[in-house]
Amino acid sequence: MDEAVKPALRVGLFVTCLVDLMRPSVGFAAVKLLEEAGCKVVVPSQTCCGQPAYNSGDRATAQAIARQTMAAFEDCDAVVAPSGSCAGMLAKHYPELFADEPDMAVKANAFAAKCHELVSFLFDRLGVRKVSARYDGAVAYHDSCSGLRELGVMSQPRKLLASVEGLRLVEMNEADVCCGFGGTFAVKYGELSDAIVRQKSANVAASGADTLLAGDLGCLMNMAGKMQREGRAVKVRHVAEVLAGMTNDPPIGEAATGAKR
Amino acid sequence: MTIAVTTPRFKDNVHEALHDERLQGALLHASNFIGRRSTAVDRLPEFDALRDSARAIKDHTLAHLDLYLEAYERKVAEAGGQVHYARTSAEAVDIVLGLCKERGAKAVTKGKSMISEEIGLNAALEGAGVEAIETDLGEYIIQLRGEAPSHIIAPAIHVTKADVEADFRRAHRDLPPDRDLSQPEQLLGEARGILRNKFLTADIGITGANFLVAETGTSIIVTNEGNGDLTQILPKVHVVVASIEKLVPTLSDVAQILRVLARSATGQDMSVYTTLSTGPRRPGDPDGPEEYHVILLDNGRSAMLGGDFEDMLRCIRCGACMNHCPVYHAVGGHAYGWVYPGPMGAVLTPSLIGVAEGGQLPNASTFCGRCEQVCPMRIPLPKMMRHWREREFERHLSPATVRSGLAFWAFFAKRPALYRFATNLGMRALNLAGRARGRFSWLPFAGGWTRYRDMTAPQGPTFQSQWRAKSGAVR
Amino acid sequence: MSARDDIFAAIRRSLHVTGDEAPRRAAVASRLAEAPIGIVPQRGQGDAAHRATTFKAEAARAQASIAEIARVEDVPAEIARFLRDNNLPATLRMGDDERIGALPWAETSLEISFGPSDGHDLNAISVAFAAVAETGTLALVSGRDNPTTLNLLPDNHIVIVFASDLVGDFESVFSKLRSVYGQGRAPRTLNFITGPSRSADIEQTLLLGAHGPRRLHIVVIG
Repeated sequence: MDEAVKPALRVGLFVTCLVDLMRPSVGFAAVKLLEEAGCKVVVPSQTCCGQPAYNSGDRATAQAIARQTMAAFEDCDAVVAPSGSCAGMLAKHYPELFADEPDMAVKANAFAAKCHELVSFLFDRLGVRKVSARYDGAVAYHDSCSGLRELGVMSQPRKLLASVEGLRLVEMNEADVCCGFGGTFAVKYGELSDAIVRQKSANVAASGADTLLAGDLGCLMNMAGKMQREGRAVKVRHVAEVLAGMTNDPPIGEAATGAKR
Repeated sequence: MTIAVTTPRFKDNVHEALHDERLQGALLHASNFIGRRSTAVDRLPEFDALRDSARAIKDHTLAHLDLYLEAYERKVAEAGGQVHYARTSAEAVDIVLGLCKERGAKAVTKGKSMISEEIGLNAALEGAGVEAIETDLGEYIIQLRGEAPSHIIAPAIHVTKADVEADFRRAHRDLPPDRDLSQPEQLLGEARGILRNKFLTADIGITGANFLVAETGTSIIVTNEGNGDLTQILPKVHVVVASIEKLVPTLSDVAQILRVLARSATGQDMSVYTTLSTGPRRPGDPDGPEEYHVILLDNGRSAMLGGDFEDMLRCIRCGACMNHCPVYHAVGGHAYGWVYPGPMGAVLTPSLIGVAEGGQLPNASTFCGRCEQVCPMRIPLPKMMRHWREREFERHLSPATVRSGLAFWAFFAKRPALYRFATNLGMRALNLAGRARGRFSWLPFAGGWTRYRDMTAPQGPTFQSQWRAKSGAVR
Repeated sequence: MSARDDIFAAIRRSLHVTGDEAPRRAAVASRLAEAPIGIVPQRGQGDAAHRATTFKAEAARAQASIAEIARVEDVPAEIARFLRDNNLPATLRMGDDERIGALPWAETSLEISFGPSDGHDLNAISVAFAAVAETGTLALVSGRDNPTTLNLLPDNHIVIVFASDLVGDFESVFSKLRSVYGQGRAPRTLNFITGPSRSADIEQTLLLGAHGPRRLHIVVIG
């Protein structure tokens, strides 16, 4: 850590359903980064932030899940998620969900104020400026939409990646353009989603990067799935894995080969 | 009698658009607007503050719309003009046809007007035996092709140069067939000549209005070609068709919004021609129309006031949202199936033609938020698309598969212990099934995904189950 | 109920008002009377020299050509030069504006005609009501002095701008408009013109001279 020692923040890890279910190693990478930055990390029993229901127009379910989530993390000083879209849901949309209920609105606003996306929390709140990880490769970073536009996550991951030894950051074209995931959109409008992710895949290829990183597992699974279908050999990981120096697990969508990094 | 609505077959439209090579090539041009807007915005430090100012002006206007309309119509009358009111598209069309009939009009020139598309004016005029000539070059081109505009600023963005040459040769039969039309300059020159004659001989000129100013009873149009100007000053009669939310209180207010309009649309600081018209010609005027009519159209706007979609009434039709939209870039404007494409079309269309017909559009979004980011009037477009999804959900208009899938998910998400148990079991099983390759080429219930992409296999036991096993903590 | 009545009723219903509320009426009346000014960009501000420099730079960006001359008497010679340099016929149409009518046109070989355009004029000259530095924009008003058709039909449009009419921003033009035409009044047409006519409708290729003039030449005096 670069900053003077702070009292240990009690940080509730909002692991997110995709990380919880599909790629727990991202959660462990997040824990490592937070603990190295001096936080006490707890993981309350949790399910989902409610965004799938919210974006599908089911406000009632979204509200029920939100109440549950806020209760679960009540005694945390901060709530940190390795996902711009889930963090955005907690920090920006929970207050909107309860805009018509004054009592809940107050609670939701207070809750929202303590919710953060992982990398911006490390950089902006905890003052982390470099990591001690090592990664050999040319890395393109994709700006996930919610993280970028709702939470202002853009320079922080790039600055931290720049401190990773051996890592060469390459900027791809249209890094800030949507990958076409959009939650249920990818399934409901599969052909349209495919057209958008094909463009993203082409941009990754054109950048010459051998590795693609982002802060949202949904985007990453979408981009990895497309590139793998197209036969492109790009390693896809969550940015937390690289920053935490935890890249022993296979990249997204790849099987264990037995060869360790 | 508006343009045929094909919005319900949006997915089919998408499929066609994605396989239309010509269209895909033409759509690459849409990206140019992004850099140009960005440059214009960078050159004006006050841009973001002006957006706030513009939003506040429109919000104030909408909250007092009845009073500003009263003030506006008084001023129009004082200047010698006449205001007509139309509740619906049909009424607006009838008023125009009535004006044409009373004056024995045979030919009408038209400035670019999305409202006239909305009410299906051209078809109605043709049906009444009145020749309606679009004079904006892009609109003229698509009129020759019998197509609807595919973008609200660049209506012919989907048309190639070769297309235009073919269309001109087909339509301008009096010109020498061996003439060279290989260059855009030649095409433009030909259009200029043909349309010049139409401008000078039209009986009535019909324009829309970007703004209606209550302070002076003025209508304002914004063009680059000057076609709107020739449409409104040459014929004996000038008819403005505009929806009621175009009202702006004063000229000072107009100055605020003008500063964000062209910059957001094309990256120009000002369009070439921004023209303020107030009434017919005055005594002593050597040119100008003898009659000036304004048709104020409601067509669903009053119903949007005071409701969930009121913010949409701030729209100034700049097109920035669609210029930055990944969906629009993928399929172009025609796929949206009606008059208004892109994010603004996704929000406005269900308001104007109903959610049953227009409901696909607000669903076909990833909520990437770029539209809201660039909207000069700070319209929260994703939020309003979500409102439409809520309306559909309440009315059970979403497909049954989606509802049951969500209900299934919600059941578990509301029961943390059960969720943790079921997901751990499920992910371990899925991992076993997929661990050899690390991914699936196909999964049941995930056809929409696996048709185009591989699906990652889970790593195995869930994070929460591993965390509990490690720490032994029970919360 | 007429369409007008229905629409007003619908608006008032949506806004939950009757229309008679005094505070609303007062708010509207005061805004219309005072026309409060919002944000004025820095770009066009500054002293006369700065405004002139900004105006010229912005107008050039919009593809207008600009000449500066010291005295209005030199206008005919400048116009003759401009037409010659661009291989244009020595003809010129103008309105009744005395400020250019009384100039020594006879000293040139230009063939002058007067009045609105019917579409057969190649070159026309107008005097600007104002010029706006922030965007290089000309403001022209209708009337016998400078018929509106001269702004739009001819191929080549020349506009005279007196330095004293060169203002920083649009608000200043509207302020002048109010003082000339009166509170709540405007001329029949006010054209804001920024560069020559253009279109990019054919494969996004930028072309000048769509329907309006292909060339815009601005002569700043003083």
